[in-house]
Amino acid sequence: MISTLIMYLSYPFVRYALIVGVLIAFCSSLLGVTLVLKRFSFIGDGLSHVAFGGIAIASVLNLTNEMLIVMPFTVISAVLLLRTGQNTRIKGDAAIAMISVGALAFGYLLMNIFSTSSNLSGDVCSTLFGSTSILTLTRGEVILCSVLSVAVTLIFIFFYNRIFAVTFDENFARSAGTKADNYNLLIAIVIAVIIVLAMNLVGSLLISALVIFPALSAMRVFESFLSVTVCSAVLSVVCAFSGIVISIFAGTPVGSTIVAVDVLAFAVCWLIGRIRGE
Amino acid sequence: MAMLTAKDLSLGYGSDVILKGLNFEVNKGNYLCIVGENGSGKSTLMKTILGLNPPAGGEIVWGDGLQQNEIGYLPQQTVVQKDFPASVKEIVLSGCQGRMGRRPFYNKEEKQLAEENIEKMGISALKDRCYRDLSGGQQQRVLLARALCATRKLMLLDEPVSGLDPKVTAEMYALIKSLNDEGTTIIMISHDINAAVRYATHILHIGDKLFFGTKKEYLNSEIGKFFVDEEQIKEDISRLEEVLGKDTVQ
Repeated sequence: MISTLIMYLSYPFVRYALIVGVLIAFCSSLLGVTLVLKRFSFIGDGLSHVAFGGIAIASVLNLTNEMLIVMPFTVISAVLLLRTGQNTRIKGDAAIAMISVGALAFGYLLMNIFSTSSNLSGDVCSTLFGSTSILTLTRGEVILCSVLSVAVTLIFIFFYNRIFAVTFDENFARSAGTKADNYNLLIAIVIAVIIVLAMNLVGSLLISALVIFPALSAMRVFESFLSVTVCSAVLSVVCAFSGIVISIFAGTPVGSTIVAVDVLAFAVCWLIGRIRGE
Repeated sequence: MAMLTAKDLSLGYGSDVILKGLNFEVNKGNYLCIVGENGSGKSTLMKTILGLNPPAGGEIVWGDGLQQNEIGYLPQQTVVQKDFPASVKEIVLSGCQGRMGRRPFYNKEEKQLAEENIEKMGISALKDRCYRDLSGGQQQRVLLARALCATRKLMLLDEPVSGLDPKVTAEMYALIKSLNDEGTTIIMISHDINAAVRYATHILHIGDKLFFGTKKEYLNSEIGKFFVDEEQIKEDISRLEEVLGKDTVQ
């Protein structure tokens, strides 16, 4: 089995898939803890549907580089969602639901009306559940993904203390002169970037799993913010790596295999938490 | 000059004014209790003092070298915090965030300060414990230690004893009193008028009728006589003495 793995690793596309998969899993888990604790779990889900709408527009316009339109589109939606979260008539969760299903519907509508490919349902399915595109990454895409991942990680480390402060107690942070709104904005933008990146890996319907499962699992077992964050990053990377390897051996879809492993890890952590609690 | 002076202050959100003509001042070493019924505007006043909500009219003047972001704030607990995986140390340290300026990380002095305040609040043994596993009284001590990291000059406490049992409540009041004795100025929001009268030096009563003055003036005023139940206070004190021992209750 090991020798088969080494054989697979000699193909560049497998190496690329593993590198990108691990990087994306790492980044998405970093902010997961904050999103879960701020009760923003569904923002990830909402944004991924928006990104789906973005992809539909990009494919209608026949753009070769989808990122150009999907990235700004998603970032702007993230900012809007966060703004509506505070003191407006339409409450946060309703706003997310509205924007996400709206984008989903318009995306599918656009793809249907201006269809350029012969296999429409296949296209839609692969955008929603992750395609084999993770196995057809080019060198340029791998580099772009690596650069963005490093940027996200640096931002997270640099602002770690502020992010913690704003997550734990926004009012206290404000009273101490921390610009809480700016940090909320930063969190929203970073999450949007991560989601666009992760679309390649697991598809838009499964992204929130990648964001929240490692965080929730780590929260069952660990007791400090730092250890929860570190554990969720490690867990996410391990799950993504083993998910990709399993999917190569078993021929299963990459995205759903990774998420299945994440769910399994959550079950184990939950059990550990329960046993310890008694 | 007073630390904080409210001049003809109006409170509200946007054009919606809920309270008008508020005048009071807080001097160094004062223990001001803000009392009033639910919905009278206590929380709005607090947000305005903290600068989270701009005044609808009038102004708050800061003096005595104090700035708005130098308030040690003890907020009411939020739902988010009930299930928050963070150690006591991490939370107390986050009280130093106002001192960091543009630095991304805490330095040695700030970590030292956090340690000192943890010790001061008597929660050294809980240092590495998870916040969500602590009792209500212990959690309040953690948040008080955090507020102390922000400043030793002025503390703003929002209903510090809500949800605590009588014994822990008494301990909490004693702790706050000891901070005041060491020179920290206290502004406390409370609906517990009897406790307010027992510990405070000054009372600000807001509602349909406004009152600001020393404790003595309040007890002799019409509004004070109406709200304060002297018998209740005597009863409270004797119960406190039973719990804490005679010497600690003044």
